[in-house]
Amino acid sequence: MEFYIQQTLNALQVGSVYALIALGYTMVYGILTMINFAHGDIFMVSTYIAFFFSTMLLGALAGLNPILAFVATLLVAMFGTALLAVIIERLAYKPLRTAPRISAVITALGVGLFLENFMVAFKPVGPAPRFLPALIPAINYNIGGVTVSTIQIVIILVSALVMILLDVIVRRTMVGMAMRAISWDKFIVPLMGVPVDRIISLTFALGASIAAVGGTLYGMAYTIDPYMGIRIGWWAFISAVVGGIGNIRGAMIGGFILGFVEIFTPVFLPSTYRDFVAFSLLLVLLIFRPTGILGRPMAQKV
Amino acid sequence: MKRLSILALVVLLLGIFLSACQPAGPTTIKIGLNAELTGSIPVVGESCRNAAELAVKEINDAGGLEVGGQKYMIELLVEDNEDKAESAAAATQKLVTANVLAMIGPNASRNAIPSSVVAESSKMVMISPWSTNPKTTIVEETGAPKQFVFRAAFIDDFQGVVAAKFAMEQLQTAKPAVLYDVASEYNKGIAEVYKKTLEDNGITVVAFETYTTGDKDFSSQLTNIKNAEADSLFLPNYYSEVPLQVQQARKVGFTGGILGSDSWGNLELISLCGADCEGLFFTTHYASDIATPKAQAFIKAYEAAYGKTPDDVAALTYDSFGMLFQAIQAAGKIDRQAVRDAVASITLYEGVTGNMQFKGTGDPVKSAVILQIKDGKFTYFATANP
Repeated sequence: MEFYIQQTLNALQVGSVYALIALGYTMVYGILTMINFAHGDIFMVSTYIAFFFSTMLLGALAGLNPILAFVATLLVAMFGTALLAVIIERLAYKPLRTAPRISAVITALGVGLFLENFMVAFKPVGPAPRFLPALIPAINYNIGGVTVSTIQIVIILVSALVMILLDVIVRRTMVGMAMRAISWDKFIVPLMGVPVDRIISLTFALGASIAAVGGTLYGMAYTIDPYMGIRIGWWAFISAVVGGIGNIRGAMIGGFILGFVEIFTPVFLPSTYRDFVAFSLLLVLLIFRPTGILGRPMAQKV
Repeated sequence: MKRLSILALVVLLLGIFLSACQPAGPTTIKIGLNAELTGSIPVVGESCRNAAELAVKEINDAGGLEVGGQKYMIELLVEDNEDKAESAAAATQKLVTANVLAMIGPNASRNAIPSSVVAESSKMVMISPWSTNPKTTIVEETGAPKQFVFRAAFIDDFQGVVAAKFAMEQLQTAKPAVLYDVASEYNKGIAEVYKKTLEDNGITVVAFETYTTGDKDFSSQLTNIKNAEADSLFLPNYYSEVPLQVQQARKVGFTGGILGSDSWGNLELISLCGADCEGLFFTTHYASDIATPKAQAFIKAYEAAYGKTPDDVAALTYDSFGMLFQAIQAAGKIDRQAVRDAVASITLYEGVTGNMQFKGTGDPVKSAVILQIKDGKFTYFATANP
């Protein structure tokens, strides 16, 4: 029993990060029907922003309240990553908005490769893996045979909080309403006076800052390196597709499904089968529900 | 027509200019280096390049390498294989076309194996400093040794046995577990030898878990390992991944001994892992703290040049160059086939990493050492002879 509880906790930790990144894929798709394949690498950059800021912060102000340091790092990473995403959108995607959609997708792949290789070549980053400085002391608690760490709790709780917050923004605010409206019909809505460019930039900024939350949390538990965005990006992308790309709640559900697949496949099958099961799940799901679990049927081609 | 003649002129001038840039005549020997400069194990590539540059500099500072009565300067052509199998093979191809006399590298078996196929079919000598997977020097279809591929490291058929014996004798393991990267030749090869050796000795491996390169979360596999009540864990994985694995193993409550292989031998491991790796053991090629006079000279020169202790990759790269230089001198001419014959006829090479005996194949017979991580340093613990 403890074994399954332990694995469930592991799955929630992994799934939270996937869900946070999947949201970025899904929001951009929802508004532009474009898959931003650079998103995994934007996530990678966010971990480096968190890394440099927290190193600087702890270097300058040793003995800072850990919660304060964590929140400051989180906010700086969110802001920096949002800025990066907006710049990418303006420079790389906006000129292609009327071009065939495939051009934008290929551009996104190119931006991703650029970010990876820029970080490898950029001297202060380089290809070596690193740990974020310990913002929150990692303490392991043993509760009835199940080990829970402070970092695990922070990851799960902060992710949940961010997801609830996003859901509120999208469903209850004017900005959220504008986003949903543009994703509904991007030709009529601008005629109603909705500033499309600004809303699109905001969507990118929001998606990237959520990825930055994921990045900061991820950096506290794992090592970071310039190529980390590839694998996580793919798993998060599958999460978004499984949940129904374009649907925000779907991305959250998809993230947790993929987290559970990743953790529980090695429990019941040899661990070698893990990726096979994850990708088969995607295939089977797409055969029976081409638009994902919560996706609405669409008449247009992607 | 006019435009065509201008073009012809430009091409001609460019040709003259380019040929003027080339060093005149064959007074240099080009040697290729195929290293993991970027990718997931960049420190391996860096050590390899450092040692290569040191070895070449030593020869050039002494006036060059004397071959058949003439002095030749050594020119090193460095290619990054990005730690990817396909890039490694492409880099090898590029070096073949660049007319290098021989190639040193790649280091990781997952890159060395595809490269060795290219080197073998191009009839160019390749010496891998660090690849320990048996497949590197063997023709896959026939099982016969490759003619042009050599290495400076021992092979995993030996290392896996050393690790397994250590687990049995020193760690007294009764329920061993393994976690390894199934997508990487080296990790997979040694994990299988380790498992087989234990099973031949009547010990069942209770958990044989895998992951794929680039994974960062091992909590599921490690929870399985803990659930199987394993008392020892073998992690034959690269230094960049091991710290996460050790930390996550401790986090899920695994308390048994942890053992590694030569892919651990990089100080980056300690700086990433910190106190969590204290006291752990791994098998490797050489121990810098019990060095022979020849090794001490190398360590001193390396420290003077780069400000750090050379790791096993650096030492093995240096030995690879030593072997190659000796062979080129013995060959007496600048010819790939002659150099191959000369490398193949080396029966004993006294290197920085100990004595290497060659018995008709590209694989040296040499002893392994077991190091312990102690006070943030790699410390000599024991020697295992073949």
